[in-house]
Amino acid sequence: MSAVQTTSPNPGDMRRHGPLAEVFYSLLRSRTFLVGFAIVLFWVACALFGEHFAPYDPLADDIINALAPPSSEHWFGTDQIGRDVFSRVIVGSRDILTVAPLATLLATVAGTALGLLTGYFRGLVDDVVSRILEAFMAIPVVIVALLAIVALGTSKTTVIVVIGLSFAPIIARTVRSAVLAERELDYVAAAQLRHESALHTMFVEILPNVIPPILVETTVRLGYAIFAVATLSFMGFGIQPPSPDWGLSISNNYGMIGGGFWWTVLFDALAIASLVIGVNLAADGVHGALND
Amino acid sequence: MTNSAKAGNALELTDLSVAYRVAGRNRAVLRNLSLSIGQGEAYGLVGESGCGKSTVALTVVRYLPRNGSITGGAISLDGQNVMKLDAEALRRARAESVSMVYQDPGKALNPSIRVGRQLTEIFELGGISGQAATDRAIAMLNRVRISDPVSVMQRYPHQLSGGMQQRVAIAMALANDPSMLILDEPTTGLDATVEAEVLDLIAQLRQELSASILFISHNLAVVSNMCDRVGVLYAGMLVEEGPTEVVFNDPRHPYTVALLRCLPRGGQRKDQGRLDTIPGFLPGIGADIKGCAFADRCALADNRCRNELPPLYDLGGRLSRCFHHDKAQALPRATPSDVAPAPKAAAAPVLRVAGLNKTYASHGHALRAVKDVSLDLRPGETLGLVGESGSGKTTFARLLLGLVPPDDGGTIELEGKALAPRLENRSDDQIKAMQIVFQNPDSALNRSHSIRHLIGRALKRLAGLSGKALEARLNDLVRSVRLTDRHLAVKPRQLSGGLKQRVAIARAFAGDPRIVVCDEPTSALDVSVQAAILNLLADLQSKEDVSYIFISHDLAVVRYLSDKIAVLYLGRIMELGPSEDVFSGPHHPYTEALLSAVPKLDQTETARIRLDGEIPSATNPPSGCVFHTRCPRKIGPICEQQEPPLSEAQPGHSIRCHIPYAELARLQRAVATEPA
Repeated sequence: MSAVQTTSPNPGDMRRHGPLAEVFYSLLRSRTFLVGFAIVLFWVACALFGEHFAPYDPLADDIINALAPPSSEHWFGTDQIGRDVFSRVIVGSRDILTVAPLATLLATVAGTALGLLTGYFRGLVDDVVSRILEAFMAIPVVIVALLAIVALGTSKTTVIVVIGLSFAPIIARTVRSAVLAERELDYVAAAQLRHESALHTMFVEILPNVIPPILVETTVRLGYAIFAVATLSFMGFGIQPPSPDWGLSISNNYGMIGGGFWWTVLFDALAIASLVIGVNLAADGVHGALND
Repeated sequence: MTNSAKAGNALELTDLSVAYRVAGRNRAVLRNLSLSIGQGEAYGLVGESGCGKSTVALTVVRYLPRNGSITGGAISLDGQNVMKLDAEALRRARAESVSMVYQDPGKALNPSIRVGRQLTEIFELGGISGQAATDRAIAMLNRVRISDPVSVMQRYPHQLSGGMQQRVAIAMALANDPSMLILDEPTTGLDATVEAEVLDLIAQLRQELSASILFISHNLAVVSNMCDRVGVLYAGMLVEEGPTEVVFNDPRHPYTVALLRCLPRGGQRKDQGRLDTIPGFLPGIGADIKGCAFADRCALADNRCRNELPPLYDLGGRLSRCFHHDKAQALPRATPSDVAPAPKAAAAPVLRVAGLNKTYASHGHALRAVKDVSLDLRPGETLGLVGESGSGKTTFARLLLGLVPPDDGGTIELEGKALAPRLENRSDDQIKAMQIVFQNPDSALNRSHSIRHLIGRALKRLAGLSGKALEARLNDLVRSVRLTDRHLAVKPRQLSGGLKQRVAIARAFAGDPRIVVCDEPTSALDVSVQAAILNLLADLQSKEDVSYIFISHDLAVVRYLSDKIAVLYLGRIMELGPSEDVFSGPHHPYTEALLSAVPKLDQTETARIRLDGEIPSATNPPSGCVFHTRCPRKIGPICEQQEPPLSEAQPGHSIRCHIPYAELARLQRAVATEPA
């Protein structure tokens, strides 16, 4: 009976924008999202065009200038073999920004499919699949990664698969709960009364309506994926040398902190932190826009 | 009942204007609204949804949402200017002199605090605490006729039925003996029997208390029974006001006239003519209105109406905002009433149900949602299913459709062929022969799909059409439910409730069904929209010879559309027969109680039969006749020991009661002639 939300009966003067456009405009109004998005955009630009504006070749060594502190020549100093840390931080965004989003994408696709399956069929399918997924979630990512590397060898693909599959159950759980709620709506019964196949009902009828929670979960997962990639690289299971990857650089240089060569580690660490914060701010913004 | 003591008005709104800020623009919701409610008076405010009724209620206590603002006028409560109150004075006014009761009692009560605590809290705010507060709370619950207040105090809101919750909400509202009580659709979500109870309670309380009442409702009959005076609101303006009986019996504004005509009244039936409708739509909020707000939808409107705002004419104790108030009742019908009565061939039944049962397991108990239901339905016929919520109406419909498998043993035959219990095992032909129009179109229409997709998909799957043929049939179908092409591209949320329900109807008719189940299809709609949907269903039926199974809690609506009625109670058929016989009686005592619970517009009611208590739990139904715990005509131990059979009292009219038919007839005639 609220007069605030009257739907106009006349499609001629209905709201000018569809629901997606509305979300878009509300994102543009969200300061949180804009700040996060700007940070992410900066790193994406570095990943794409970094080598064009990096002052030095990130891989070129210069033993004479090894471990030089930050100066006007080398803003962030140089590492053990004289590579320019500033250039390495800029170009170092490339691998993590390839691997983390791809892993998240894999997690989203697999998780959505599993969530639709368990939420739609419920019963035995749900019980069996959900227990397996829970068991999977109980194993730490690092252990899964170790096993996978033993079995598959180290490569970016392994990292993507490991992180993607580790995150899929989490996304599946979110999707499942959204699907369980949707499934009770009468349009699903109406689809059954048309003898629609289960696949059609899941993917054409239900999926479009559970996109908002999937979108939120995906952006949140991306933050975690970046963290996970950096962790695996740090431990040596992830991105391999000679990549200037941040996690890898920290791993190679953290022994130097004791010697006072803080610049070899600090800037890579800040880079990881800023990217994760950027993604999380953007995720917060998306969440806000979709739940307005 | 007139407001002779002008100074002593409990509530006075003077030229009140309220706007909501939407998308950066202030949109007027109330326009120069003036009304006054005298001490002890009950004032009813009626109108369709979106006309500003609830905004009035919120404005009086300055509870407008954040985007709402009072843009002009004054509110005076007991002589106090509400607009000038500071935060503390406003809080005190809300705590001490005004109380509100809302539509959904479930939301008004805190689910995680016991009822007793919520009640005593109110007294504690007033400085009474401990045992004294508990005693006052118990007294309040007694006052709202709760028979066991001590145990109710210990319960959480979800452990109470809807009617009990609303009683508790009313008790809370009355706790501080307010001088003004605002009731905003207090019975809308309740069953007719419970609604009658709550309305009785309010009527009784009015005699005990001095409170003035502002009663807001879309239900004209409820208002006519409860209020001394009534105001009709349209697009935020008062269009008519006067003593209730006068306004409803002799309306002087075309909108009131039209609204009253939309209701099926006096046992009107589909073969006696269509209901009148109101063409067009309510102006959107904030619409720029130059002349009379109703002019666009009014057949009496002339140029003057369109360009000049009519004043509120004072017609001696009553007001009408119409230039043509003298001839308002000459408003031509918007829908011709004539109807070609469909010839009823005595064809073989299209649907035959025998011995249908459904048992759910509920915490280890068997819950018999549907018990031993047998009936049949002929082509072109409507079967009305009535009963309180929890009587098994919707479960029965879902069993027929195959959405829920019945217990073993029962049979459903469609055109002579047995239907598989499960939907998956039914053939495509069987599936398209039986479709449904759900109660809530927001749930039934996939919000991600366009109207074209929604109807087109049904045509593809049910009618097996594609390409040009599909396109052609789509256009036919869209026109037959009176939608236009421009509706096709939009998503459901861009349409109003009535239009959405038309889409749902088009979808159900896509495969030329033999039977369409209508599960409360108009319960979420305004009366003018309801009338249009009922007309549409009646038209489609006479054109397509389709049968309906029509579920509704609104008996007048069921009566309008149905040829046959089945009255359900705890999953059992208590009475089954031709619509006219069931309604005119003699009928089952339960049917009698249901009928007498319906508030009537013409106030011709005689003695009312009240049902005490609530529908018993289906996990533990009463022994013998399941209705004996509430039956006003219980004859003795036999009712508690033996379940009466559903026996044919008259050809085609069966009643499940121990009282013989002739005796029922005598008893019920006695009631009808008893002086009220």
